[in-house]
Amino acid sequence: MQAFADLYRALDETNATREKVAAMEAYFRQAPPEDAAWAVHFLVGRRLKRLVPTAELRQWVLDATGMPAWLLEETYATVGDLAETLALLLDSELPPPSVAGHPLHHWVERRLLVLRELPAAERQRRVTQWWAELPTDGRFVLNKMLTGAFRVGVSRQLVVRALSGVSGLERATIAHRLMGRWQPDAAFFRGLLDPAAQGEDASRPYPFFLASPLDAVPEERLGAATDWLAEWKWDGIRGQLLRRAGDCYLWSRGEDLMEGRFPELEQAAQRLPDGVVLDGEILAWGGDRPLPFRQLQRRIGRQNPSVRLLREAPVIFQAYDLLELDGTDIRSRPLEQRREALGRLLRGTDDVLRLSPMLTAGSWKELARRRDAARALGTEGLMLKRLGSPYRVGRPRGDWWKWKLDPLTIDAVMLYAQPGHGRRSNLYTDYTFGVWNGELLVPVAKAYSGLDNAEIQELDRWIRANTVERFGPVRSVRAAQVFELAFEGIGESPRHKSGLALRFPRINRWRRDLAVGEADTLEQVRALLP
Amino acid sequence: MLVQLTSAGLYCAAGDFHVDPWRPVPRAVITHAHADHARSGMGVYYATHDGLPLLRQRLGRQAQLRGVSYDQPFRLRGARVSLHPAGHVLGSAQVRIEVNDEVWVVSGDYKRDPDSSCAPFQVVPCDTFITEATFALPIYRWPPMHEVARDMLHWWRRNADAGKASVLFCYSLGKAQRVLAELSALTSEPAYLHGAMVPLVDLYRRAGVSMLPTRAVSEAPRGTDFSRSLILAPPASAGSPWMRRFRHPATGFASGWMRIRGNRRRRGYDRGFVVSDHADWPSLLRTIRETGAQRVLATHGRTDVLVRYLREELGLAAAPLATPYGVEDGA
Repeated sequence: MQAFADLYRALDETNATREKVAAMEAYFRQAPPEDAAWAVHFLVGRRLKRLVPTAELRQWVLDATGMPAWLLEETYATVGDLAETLALLLDSELPPPSVAGHPLHHWVERRLLVLRELPAAERQRRVTQWWAELPTDGRFVLNKMLTGAFRVGVSRQLVVRALSGVSGLERATIAHRLMGRWQPDAAFFRGLLDPAAQGEDASRPYPFFLASPLDAVPEERLGAATDWLAEWKWDGIRGQLLRRAGDCYLWSRGEDLMEGRFPELEQAAQRLPDGVVLDGEILAWGGDRPLPFRQLQRRIGRQNPSVRLLREAPVIFQAYDLLELDGTDIRSRPLEQRREALGRLLRGTDDVLRLSPMLTAGSWKELARRRDAARALGTEGLMLKRLGSPYRVGRPRGDWWKWKLDPLTIDAVMLYAQPGHGRRSNLYTDYTFGVWNGELLVPVAKAYSGLDNAEIQELDRWIRANTVERFGPVRSVRAAQVFELAFEGIGESPRHKSGLALRFPRINRWRRDLAVGEADTLEQVRALLP
Repeated sequence: MLVQLTSAGLYCAAGDFHVDPWRPVPRAVITHAHADHARSGMGVYYATHDGLPLLRQRLGRQAQLRGVSYDQPFRLRGARVSLHPAGHVLGSAQVRIEVNDEVWVVSGDYKRDPDSSCAPFQVVPCDTFITEATFALPIYRWPPMHEVARDMLHWWRRNADAGKASVLFCYSLGKAQRVLAELSALTSEPAYLHGAMVPLVDLYRRAGVSMLPTRAVSEAPRGTDFSRSLILAPPASAGSPWMRRFRHPATGFASGWMRIRGNRRRRGYDRGFVVSDHADWPSLLRTIRETGAQRVLATHGRTDVLVRYLREELGLAAAPLATPYGVEDGA
């Protein structure tokens, strides 16, 4: 555990990727495989399913320190990270660590994973005891595991780099072996670094190839339009649909196995031949176009959806790539060959598995025109894929670009602010904005990015000096600051006060030139509805 | 009220003087030489003898300075005034004010942790205690300074082995000298100083504070290899062109704010060292208890938290005083 806490610290203490990779390599070289497996688990962002409700953790810290609850909340609002807050609050309330440390796998397997089954009083006794065993940084890492919010500040790619450095294996091989289902144990870790080919697990997806945003005019960057395949950029859930060994598996890009949530897709996949992997987008669909994202959202968390939900928010799989055919990995074949094979495969299947249409055009100008129609068709713009390119791993720039529509914008007034988390803790960086509805400002969006550091600092000072009321960590502020917000889409939403939900709102710029009276009205915002 | 808040500062009517005023007034009693407490433009300044050279450096030749010894009462009109060590920086003082058997103490900034670069804090019993609250949250607890100094040395050596200069950011007055004094117990290898620190370090040396030997970066010959060196610099120099000469340095920041990871990560330092010249949470509570004060007024920092805690948990009369201190953030 201490070795892992030291690794966490080393990763936290540098911004240089080379040093982060070196720290991970050093750890993996010396850690026993049963510990290293868990380290990989946490480093790539997997978590232990919630072991203890955070309300319980808070209460135990109150019990251990005797401090009033409001003081803990004030402190949390300042620190911005619950695991860290609790670790720090316990300092010097406890005797210095006394017990020689247990290894990481012992902590996870013998101690943490059994917590869920224990009665609350016993959970409290054990966790309080562990806090006393560990120094501050170890306690912090323990709390991170307990709260399940384990962000280490390394990307999956960096972990892959380190594992590739330690093993001498190709990064793509490591990336692939890290996909899908695996049990973090010694056998897994040995297999991960084993030069011999691994027996494939039928459920294992391929690493996704991710597109980069295109922030230039394509003719300046991408050469001739005829070298590119264009298609709509769908706004759904990226997914991989596997049909292997008589079963099918649907993986999201976040590597969730979405079993039981989209029965219509699983059913349709049954009709595919064995040994096939499709890459595509899960969309809620009505007629000839996607339903608003909100409809898809209703489906995401729902196991075994009701007949009514299936009728109201039916989903389809809009396939755009074929990664495996007849049990063979075909990712290295040129794009057009994969597309052709995909077309053949989907010919004659029903409407649930569809082929994402290709948009051919002779010139960028023509494609730009098509792109202008994207919003009306319920898409976010265009995807551009280089003909002849293989299906790569991760987000290397060059072959896949997302050429999104310019966002919609409104001018809105800041109403509330609250402190951010992590790096932005104890700065007011999370804002709520409103627009006019008659004489009143109604909240219409929350946003937390888009300002530069100097602006954030300045706004933070302004917020502190212009607070009207405080509700816990949230402050309402004098209605005086106007911001231009950008967003990708807008839909009706009965859940929001304004009756509207914006998709991916963020701050475009601070409109110091506008008085609050010049901000948009709800009516003006509604006019943007599709 | 023996001391009240006016637009110019904390004012004692009986003595007709201000403590650490922020607008020009005829008579100012100064707790210490940080810019937010010692401003220019006052008629006469009263401060401790230990602190006078620093004040002179800050305020210039024209300023009228009167030196006072620690613990030696003097009269200002109807008030009996004395200065007592605050343990914050060299020459820092708490101001004790007595009028008709009522005693108030204005603490200025203070700390309780040992610091070989200045006189240790002295508890001064009083009826009303005016305290700072810079770090008034229970997460703020300072580790022992000698342990932090050992970590600093270890960090410096590791960077040197990796061929990297170690640039340690810290405030020029107080923190830099304290760090140099602590490190001198562990090594005698010289450190480099940013130009802004040189005169202040000299003044500390002249006051007899023993510190690591130092050299000014500006006096190092062109092309000097800093890759094994420790360099102390004010935080404002981070990211400036001045930093380029160190190639790819490791950077650290010595401050109480470094207790929170997010603060360090936001500022982009590689390493945070938790060192503060302010009272941490246990020290604030302990000091308030030890003064025996029945009323506590909090001037700057997390006054909201401290006041509420004192009222609700300890049953003391407590209130915030809105002052502009703490802007320089010499924490």
